[in-house]
Amino acid sequence: MNILSIFTNPYLWASTIAMSVPLALPAIGGTFSERSGVVNISMEGIMLISAFVSVAFSAYFHNAWLGLLAGVISGILVAYVFAWAAAKMYANQIVLGMAFNIFASGITAYLFNAIYGPEGTPFDTPKLPDVRIPVIDRIPVIGQILSGQNVMVYIMFVLIILSQWFLFYTTIGLRLRAVGENPEAAETAGIDVVKMKYLGVILGGAFSALGGAYLSIGVLNSFSPEMSSGRGYIALAAMIFGKWTPVGSFLASLLFGFATALSYTLQESSISKNIIMMLPYVVTILALIGIGGKSVAPAADGIPYRPKK
Amino acid sequence: MVKKVLQSILMPLIAIFISMIVGGIVILITAKQNPIYAYMALFSGAYGNLMNFATTLTNAIPLIITGLGVAIAFSSGLFNIGAEGQFWIGAIVATYLGYQIKGLPWFLHIPLIIICAMIAGALWGGLVPGLAKVYTGAHEVITTMMMSYIAIYFSHYLLEGGPMMDKGTIPQSPVIQNSAKLSTLVPNTQLSSGLYIAILAVVVVYILMYKTTIGYELRAVGFNIKAAKYAGMNVAQKLVLAMGLSGAFAGLAGAVQIMGVQHRLYDSFTSGYGYTAIVVALLANNNPIGVVIAALFLAGLSTGAQEMQMQTNISGQLADVVVGLIIFFIAIEELYRIVMEKIKTRKTKLQPVGGQE
Repeated sequence: MNILSIFTNPYLWASTIAMSVPLALPAIGGTFSERSGVVNISMEGIMLISAFVSVAFSAYFHNAWLGLLAGVISGILVAYVFAWAAAKMYANQIVLGMAFNIFASGITAYLFNAIYGPEGTPFDTPKLPDVRIPVIDRIPVIGQILSGQNVMVYIMFVLIILSQWFLFYTTIGLRLRAVGENPEAAETAGIDVVKMKYLGVILGGAFSALGGAYLSIGVLNSFSPEMSSGRGYIALAAMIFGKWTPVGSFLASLLFGFATALSYTLQESSISKNIIMMLPYVVTILALIGIGGKSVAPAADGIPYRPKK
Repeated sequence: MVKKVLQSILMPLIAIFISMIVGGIVILITAKQNPIYAYMALFSGAYGNLMNFATTLTNAIPLIITGLGVAIAFSSGLFNIGAEGQFWIGAIVATYLGYQIKGLPWFLHIPLIIICAMIAGALWGGLVPGLAKVYTGAHEVITTMMMSYIAIYFSHYLLEGGPMMDKGTIPQSPVIQNSAKLSTLVPNTQLSSGLYIAILAVVVVYILMYKTTIGYELRAVGFNIKAAKYAGMNVAQKLVLAMGLSGAFAGLAGAVQIMGVQHRLYDSFTSGYGYTAIVVALLANNNPIGVVIAALFLAGLSTGAQEMQMQTNISGQLADVVVGLIIFFIAIEELYRIVMEKIKTRKTKLQPVGGQE
């Protein structure tokens, strides 16, 4: 196989974008959470719960949009509990995140077996639609890459822009960031630190839930235990590599998505797909230790804050 | 002293108790079975007879050794959550030396493997994450996690058509030499003399952490890093050392698992021991003796859950649900403080009223 022909194949680029969705959405979610000073490694667990709830509702009501809605609500509820424990109980956030991830992997596998048994989710579960974009559709190559993707791809693009604007060009966004940088000063300035942390974590939950729903009713119309397979952790890396910004998180997710897409395309060639899958993690470490511009976390990230009043 | 010990045991016990109740409610609603019957099946499946107990011990060995490693890092204020990767690295080294070196007597072959696996784990877990932390401030949670993924993909590369793949089509390594295998303790079970290694490791870590200057310094750094700096300790060196020791024990656990139980490497050989070990250290509050108790409890939970699944049709994944809840209820320790304070203030409020009457 000619190596170069792989890169001119529009399918590789189309699947790069498709693969980046379940990374970019939780990565942006994590950005909100960490900007408010809460490290939330439970993106993995929230994705899994949302993926399961989405499929269950989509199958039961025979409506994928209702499934998506239920998935996002489940993500918000789980994130609410996380926010309470992190902001009100001052729990260690890493420990908390681990608890949520183990719980999520257990409860989804347990309920999946209890409800659906060995046959799995119903075959006729509806999935979210793929969308053809009228004009772009006709352009060669570009059309093949940008048109005909799942609707979540386009929702993602809208959300990236909205998130960037929200975080850096609105007052609430400024307050959210202030809480993550210096909660004492923010509180002195009259900002409700706890409320902002709730907002950050819940937005994080909602975005992660969108990513989870995409896995079960966007790409597929079924659920399998552990189907998030570490994407929540990769999203964490993408968020750091993207320097805690929504656009950066997306670009980093594209890199990870590209590595995944390439590893599938190269399956026939002599280069091992496992070596390619390693690269994004190596790149993330290099980024963390400051090669190619330093990635600095919000100053109060991960430190529980006790309000003075 | 007694009060302090009781307090450190009480918290995990309360957390376990509440989690079992919540788990029981889940059983009642979803499986419509008697939770007490299910838990009894779980308990007897874990500790009920010699065979079951031997299986629980077998699963506890990697948890004890890796848990000790994680606890060392925790004691020094470091979150080593990449134990899974260090466990893999130890296993890779052990497997390679196990089948490649031929003709050595067991009393040389096994120690050689142990030393090399520990060094490999230490380098993987300590060098990169430890040095990155000290010199660039890169958070060890992320670096250890990334190193973990790299290790797992690396092992898949080695096995799936790579240099360590055995002849045939199954992605697995060749079986290690007999001279590298640990002897079996209980016939017809997988319990090996790795148990002795685990016990030895507990003793070594206990002495290291509580009876030596290095252990004192490691704990001092974890207790208050600024004070440790003022006292003239070389904090950077201690952090790298803590990560290195942590990785060394995870690597040892991987080697013991290969030499004692699996005898060859394949994709799913770990069952996530490296992740569960974090829970072990957490439950144990970083105490080496506590690590043994916590590992026996968690290993019993997973062994017993399989037995419960066979007897009651309740899916064994319930064990994960309970474990997740336990960590959650330990993490929100603030809640207990608030509840206790509420009870106290109610008592003091009631007293003056009683006095006036």
